[in-house]
Order: sequence, then C-alpha cells, then structure tokens
Amino acid sequence: MEVGYYGLLQTVADLLKLLQKEDIVPLSADRKMFKPAPVLIFVAVFAGFAVLPLTSGFTGSGIDAGLFYLLAIVSLDVMGILMAGWGSNSKYALFGSMRAIAQIISYEIPLTLSVLCVVMISQSLNLQEIVYQQGIWIGKIDAEAVNYLFGIKALGIETTNIGGILTWNIFRAPIFLFAWLIFFIASLAECNRAPFDIPEAESELVGGFHVEYSGFRWAMVMLSEYGMMLLVAFLGAILFLGGWNSPLPNIGSVALADWTSGEPGTMVGHLWGAFWLIGKALLTVGVQMWVRWTYPRLRIDQLMNLSWKYLTPAGILLVLLSALWRMLMI
Amino acid sequence: MANEVQYIFDQKNLSKSEPQKYREEDLRREEMIINIGPQHPSTHGVLRLEVVASGEEVVEVIPHLGYLHRCFEKHAESLPFNQTLPFVDRMDYLAAMNSEHAFAMGVERMMGIEDKIPKRVEYIRVVVAELNRLASHFVALGSYGMDIGAVTAFFWMVRDREHILRLLEWASGARMLYNYIWVGGLFYDLPIGFEERCKEFVKYLKPKLKEFEQVVMENKIFVDRTANVGVLPLDLAINYGISGPMLRGSGLKYDLRRADGYSVYPELDFEVPVGKGEVGTTGDCWDRTWVRVCECYESIRIIEQSLERLTGDLKRTRDFDPREMVPKKIRPKAQDLYVRAENPKGETGFFFRADGRSDIPFRCKARGASFTNLSIINELAKGSLIADLIAIFGSIDIVLGEVDR
Repeated sequence: MEVGYYGLLQTVADLLKLLQKEDIVPLSADRKMFKPAPVLIFVAVFAGFAVLPLTSGFTGSGIDAGLFYLLAIVSLDVMGILMAGWGSNSKYALFGSMRAIAQIISYEIPLTLSVLCVVMISQSLNLQEIVYQQGIWIGKIDAEAVNYLFGIKALGIETTNIGGILTWNIFRAPIFLFAWLIFFIASLAECNRAPFDIPEAESELVGGFHVEYSGFRWAMVMLSEYGMMLLVAFLGAILFLGGWNSPLPNIGSVALADWTSGEPGTMVGHLWGAFWLIGKALLTVGVQMWVRWTYPRLRIDQLMNLSWKYLTPAGILLVLLSALWRMLMI
Repeated sequence: MANEVQYIFDQKNLSKSEPQKYREEDLRREEMIINIGPQHPSTHGVLRLEVVASGEEVVEVIPHLGYLHRCFEKHAESLPFNQTLPFVDRMDYLAAMNSEHAFAMGVERMMGIEDKIPKRVEYIRVVVAELNRLASHFVALGSYGMDIGAVTAFFWMVRDREHILRLLEWASGARMLYNYIWVGGLFYDLPIGFEERCKEFVKYLKPKLKEFEQVVMENKIFVDRTANVGVLPLDLAINYGISGPMLRGSGLKYDLRRADGYSVYPELDFEVPVGKGEVGTTGDCWDRTWVRVCECYESIRIIEQSLERLTGDLKRTRDFDPREMVPKKIRPKAQDLYVRAENPKGETGFFFRADGRSDIPFRCKARGASFTNLSIINELAKGSLIADLIAIFGSIDIVLGEVDR
C-alpha cells in the first residue's frame, strides 16, 4: 500500500525516485552531446502533441499543415538518439543508436506513405479537418460535404448523417485497413517498441542508446518513448479510427451517434470527444503492449527486409490505390 | 601497482583488471572489442565474452571464465564423500538432483552397494531427478525466449517451474540446493501425498507445454530468428565432446539414460528425441530448443511411469527406511572410477581416485557439461551477427556454476 490503492501511485513514486538520483555523466562521455540529448528527444516527441485535436474544439494548435509538422518534428528525435549514442562513448550505446537511426529512417517511409493515403482521401493536412470528415458533424457545418458508404459515389448510399464507424476512414475507403496495418507496424518501429526494439535490445545491447543514462535524464528518455507510443496511438486513431467521433452509427430513429457525441464546442461535445479519442488511443497502446510482451525481437536484417521489401512497396501501391479511390469519391 | 586506481577512465586501465586476448593494436581496421558480461542480461550468469566484432558481425568470441569458481574439486578432495554432496548441488544449481544422483551413484559403485539400493529409493531418485530436469529445461526455454525477446515465454516457464520447486521443497526442504539424494539412500522418504500431488501437477503441465509450443516454437519471428542460425554439424559436435540436448539437436540419438542404462531407466519407457531440421538445418538453434521441449514430454512420461510404480508395487510401507543402505563409514577400496549421468545440460561425470586408506578421495575431477558445451561458442558464432551470437549462446544453455565449478 506504499504506492497507493492497487499501486496507482507507482508512476509518481518512480518519478520522484528518479528525480532524486544522482545525475551521472561518464568521464569519457562527450558532455556537450550527452547532456542535452534526452532533452532533445523529449522535446521532439512532446512537441508532436501540440497539433492533436483532442476534442472537437480543443487543439493545442490548429495549423493547416498539422500532419506535416507532426511528422517533421517527431523525426527530430533521431538526432537526440544519435547524440545520446555518440556522446555516451560506449560501444553498446553506439550500436544502439546506429541501429535506431537505420530503423527509424527506413520505417519513416512506409509510415509516411500510409499517412499520405489518408491525406489523399481527405484532401487536407489539418488534423482537425480530417477528424471532422469522419463523423456526423461535417454535414452540419459544411452543407456540401457528403460521405458515401465505402466512399463510392456510384453506390449512392449516403452515410453523412449515419456517422459512427461507417464514416471512419477505414470504412470510407476500405483499402485503409491495409494502410492502417502498415501504419501500426511502422509506428511500432518508429517508437522502438518490440518486436522492433533492436535499438534497445535488452538482451543484446543491455539498454542501447540510453545505457549510460541514469536518474532524470534516463526518465526523460523513457518518458519520451512512452510518449511516442501514445502519440502514434493518437495519430492512428485520428487518421484511421475517426478521432473523437463516436463509433456508434445512427440507425433510423435510434440515433446512437447523436446520443454518444455532443455538439462541437459544447461541454458535452468535449467530454464525449475526449472519451472516445483517449479510449481509442489507449486501446491501441494496449495492443502495442500486448505485441511487445508476446513477440520475439527481429534481427536487424529481417527488420530491414520487412521495411524495404514488404511495407514500402505495399505503401506505394496503397498510395496509388488511394488516388484511384479518391476518383470514386467525387 | 596494487593500489593503483583503475576506475578512472584511461585507455590503459581498460585491460588491467580484465584479461584480454586481443588488444586494440592487434585489431584490423574497422574491428573492435566488445565485452559482453560478466554483468550482462543474457550471459546467464557471470560469464565474460570478449567479442571481436566488425560492425554488427562477429569475428571471434573468446569466453573468459572463472568468475564463479568455488574450488569444487579441492573441496571434494578435503571432505568425506557424504559431505561433498552439498557442493555437488552448487555445481549445476538448476539441476542439483541430477548431479547428486550421479555423484551418489559413483560412490555407491565404488562401495559395491549399487545393486543393494532398494527399488523404491531408486524410483524416488528418478522422479525427483526428472522433476529437476523439467525445471532446468524450463529455465533454459524461458530464458531462451527472453534472449530472443519473447517475455511471455519466460513468465510462463517460471510460473510452471515454481510448482516443481515447491514439490521439491516439500520433499527435501530446499528450493534449489536439495542435498536430498544421499550416498546409499535418501534424506527422507517422500512426504505423504507427494505422489498424488505430483500426478496432478503432471496432468496440469501437459497443456501448458503445448501452449508454450504454440506461442514460441511455432512463432514466425522465433523460427526466423533461430532456424539456420548457429548450425552445429554432427562431426564437429562429436569432436568438441558436446553432449546433452546440443548433441541430440545435431541428430545423434545418444542419451546416457539409454546408452548406459543406469539406475532404473532401463525399466522405463521413453524416447530419445533428436533434431531433424524441421524448419531449417539439422543442428540449428531451433532444433536444440525443440529437443528440450520434446525432452520435457519424455520426462513427464518417465515421472508418470515411476509414480505408477511408487503407488503400486513399491507403495510406501510403515517400516520402509530410505536410509537403510546408507553406509556408516564410506571408505571405498583403492580404485579409479569414472561415473557419468545424463544431466539436463549433458553428460555430468565424476572421476574418483580412492586410495583405500581414508574417507576422503585422493582426487575428484568433475566434468561439467556446460563447460564442454560452451567451448563450441566460437565455432558457432563466427561470422554471424551480434543478435545471432545471443541466440546461439542462449541455445547452448549453460549454467555458470557448472562452467566454473
């Protein structure tokens, strides 16, 4: 019971413990690189949260190039990892950071390709707008906006007012199921999670690029890793799973979607939006952890194979198909 | 020199505290030395591997031993045989019963009382030894999963090992270092109800092993990581004196329980599983792991049959004394004797030279399977990646207590 009911305060206790620890810098380390590296990783990851539309009216920054900004700023954490690995002056750390860079840069390509599919269908880089398109509220704001079942206009089945799961991007264009899969796999690699955790590879490299860190600097590296997991989970939910929109559709007079989401801008809308988005994101994090504890780790050549021989060609094919799908939608 | 501070970073200081085969100036361009261990999560103890690596590729592996050396042989040469038994436990501490069995068997053979040991005692020895074999294989399989990165496997295996440790604790009073099998008998008879509980446990265990197979052995990533990795050809294995699951993984049907037929093993029905290269080449890491999984099933069969006998014609009786044949004075005739037994890790042997005039052996040499099996690491890991080195090392399954003794 020292850490609260069911250990709920464990995180707080850990943080306090880490704060009190000595900040050890190895004598042989390059202090100028070693010390700021965790800060850079931390900033790069948490700056990404700025553009996430948490609810219909609550966004840190609603810039139009939000998606672009997010991918760009998150890529910066590679710099931090390189600085950490090189500055530590340890062979394990160097191995870890070299692996991390090779991995993150190669997996950024399928990740970006799968994101590009969404951008092509939604015709927007603004994350808030992408979310609006996936729900019932778009019809009430923009009278011209129409959603069709599976995005195919020729079918003639309008889903604008049905909403729910039917207007999510994975249903607006069913090929997005594959895009989402690629996104999920690439995002696992992007945040160095198992089965792609070779930069940290506990049983090989002990801790990889953060092997020499201790105390609060280590905490920052770890926090940004988990922050990254949450970030890509949020991004996946926003791009493919309807963001803050309710999963329940309106069925005739049983207006489930209306009931489980509020008017944008109202308190009810905020609460429902936050509930759905955070719920979806945490579910995705749950799957990430599930995968992490079940699967063994890939070897570096198998990891590269997966990226360059399977995910990247599939991503390119999906971009092409999304372009065709977009033509069906208008 | 002795008082010189060695923990201040200096290139010169690096080689002072730890012996190295290579020095920086001996290396070719783009090569470097990586020290894996003695404090490293996947060296399974305090082993140090000096790895010459060229980028991710392993050029040479040199194991440095001795971090857990506790002078077993010297102890054995200064204590009476029965007092050496606890030290035998501490050799292969994951399979103490099996080592005890071998040691006790050797001393009994020297005393000439091997045939006079009651059948019930022998069967109890087999049951506890096979239970311990299961526990040892569970650690091997679980930590191998951990080395590859699958954490679930480790948790499952440790969970099931816990049941075994509790059973053995019930019988002997200790969880790891039992001192249960004595020269000429046993510490105590099995506790009342042990046979039934053990039967229940075996019944519980079979589906769990199946689950393990599904989650690890059939896993695509696991197969990719272990198939065709660290292939050990049979002739090389024989030349290096490899034994145990490693040798059988390379395809030779050689198990001392069958080959020597010691104890009551000839009366029991079990198979000797060998590696067949089902997913890759015969003798790769997957085969070795597969042999261990199959051996778990065989051990279960042995336990079941033994329990059948122990609750049948060899049922416990009120006047049964497991210490009946324990000699009051262990003074074997002057002779040389080598006794060997199949441990979970391979052939464990003891060489005794008794001079016939004292209770203490003149010489006692122990052969540790892990030590011999470890010697192959350079041959297997040469030219592979660092990640493969860990996979190969894990598949050898060593216990440092036995390597260093």
